[in-house]
Amino acid sequence: MIRFDDVRLRYPGQNAPAVRSFSLEAEAGKLTAIVGPNGSGKSTLVRALLGRITPEQGTITIDGTSLADLSRRDVARRMAVVTQREEPVFPMLVRDFIALGRFAHGSLWAGPTAYDMEVAESSAAQAGVEPYMDRRTDTLSGGEWQRVRIARALAQQGQAIVLDEPTTFLDIAHEMSVFELLDELAHDGIAVLLVSHQLNLVARFADRIALLHAGEAVAIGSPSDVMRGDLLERVYEWPLVVSRDPAVGAPMLVPLRGRSPR
Amino acid sequence: MRTRAWLLLFAVLVVAALAAIAFGSVSLSLSAVVDALMGRGAPDAEMIVRVLRLPRVALGIAVGAGLGMSGAALQANLRNALAEPYLLGVSGGAAVGAVLATSLSVTSPGLVPLAAFAGAVVAVLAVLAVAQAARGPGDARVLVMAGVVVGAFANAAIMIVMANVPDQTVRSALWWMMGSLGDASWAGVRWTAGYVALGGALLMVYGREIEILALGDDPALALGVDTISATRRIFLISSLLAAVTVAAAGLVGFVGLVVPAIARSLGARTVRGTILASAVTGATLVVAADLVARVARAPAELPLGAVTALVGVPFFLLRLRRMS
Repeated sequence: MIRFDDVRLRYPGQNAPAVRSFSLEAEAGKLTAIVGPNGSGKSTLVRALLGRITPEQGTITIDGTSLADLSRRDVARRMAVVTQREEPVFPMLVRDFIALGRFAHGSLWAGPTAYDMEVAESSAAQAGVEPYMDRRTDTLSGGEWQRVRIARALAQQGQAIVLDEPTTFLDIAHEMSVFELLDELAHDGIAVLLVSHQLNLVARFADRIALLHAGEAVAIGSPSDVMRGDLLERVYEWPLVVSRDPAVGAPMLVPLRGRSPR
Repeated sequence: MRTRAWLLLFAVLVVAALAAIAFGSVSLSLSAVVDALMGRGAPDAEMIVRVLRLPRVALGIAVGAGLGMSGAALQANLRNALAEPYLLGVSGGAAVGAVLATSLSVTSPGLVPLAAFAGAVVAVLAVLAVAQAARGPGDARVLVMAGVVVGAFANAAIMIVMANVPDQTVRSALWWMMGSLGDASWAGVRWTAGYVALGGALLMVYGREIEILALGDDPALALGVDTISATRRIFLISSLLAAVTVAAAGLVGFVGLVVPAIARSLGARTVRGTILASAVTGATLVVAADLVARVARAPAELPLGAVTALVGVPFFLLRLRRMS
């Protein structure tokens, strides 16, 4: 669904590319995760999906069409992106906020139609934010706000959804509920592409993981392929062990205490 | 916004307009005003109402509506509740354009706004470039600082132009720089109202796009808005609105700052609602301020820009304090 093909990304005025020769496909019905340390190029990939930076080599395609050939409206109908941060300056009703997800489907000047409001309603139900519909966006807690933003992305009704660090600042319950929701979406046939720092949760939920290091994918595969102690220790430059979660059997990373090997 | 709030806004505007028609160097009773408006009043009362005060009130409504809408659109576009055409230097740039045109003997009420528009666009580009060089236009304080710098430059440019024109022109230009509805004529009202209506209609058309721009660049891109061209478009429309008001009434500051905040506090949540409510509230504020300017020290007239600044500056300081 979302496909990176030998993509190289470089910021204007920088010598070294932020991402070099990256290939990955986020398939329909799968939860695909991109992990890696700070500065490894994860967010740059999201910026490329938003059209803020164009690949100087390789192509990004969405459902078979190159991103370069699609307008932002076309893209928004196919793929929703929940960006890392969003701080509302002027509060609005949650209902209206979620309905903004329908923007790319309607005409430019027409407001949301009755159908759009229905979609907003069902997206809210799916994301579990129905009770907040008549609240103002500035009254939501961090976890509520994140789920409301996911509801707006669902209202776009694309076949793909991309999330950049959606659970930063969330407590365990809210974080788990976001991951459960993403799991559900993947089961419904949507291609879910998740950028995350939460290695252990990613290892439990993702079908496929790409581990990024200094702009390069050093491993792509199933959680057990990627969650290897030697590999992660090298990439994160910190001593760690990978064991197995006694409760669920998923690979579990445990950083060790001690001085950095640097 | 609830219907009650809208009714309140319109009612206050009607009261302000009636008061502005009734009061002045000669005060008229309400019945005399109504008679004169209906065309069955005493001749001198009709003269005062229909020739002197009515066009002035009409111009005040158009100017206030333009400033209010411009401020509301700029605030959403820049995600910044301190954005306002006067503080951003947009009005200053428009004044340079208008003064230049006037000094070249272009005085048609249809053309001066276009010259002002050109000046406003240059000022917007300059402000954005200065803000970008600092920390980006999203930072409220950086943006206001850039606006002040560009505004000061515009003032200097105007003074240089004025140093080279006859005394009579200087005096009228000076009065204009302080803001005044004193030159109101029906021709001026028609042009100003026409341009303001055009700008307002365009803002309504792009209302949803502005709503999404106000969420920030990344979310807007994700929702399908081409942020670069959309931002440019909204800057052009808000500059047009501000420029038209400057061409008609000179520099009237702070209306665009105060009015959207009032609209939001009355419950306006959508961008379209905020812009419309800002138009009505802006009209009321300018008509009322002009009334104060005329009667406070009658028969002398205070500059309109000074009256709006007296309201706006404390408001600005409160805002700034709440932000930091």
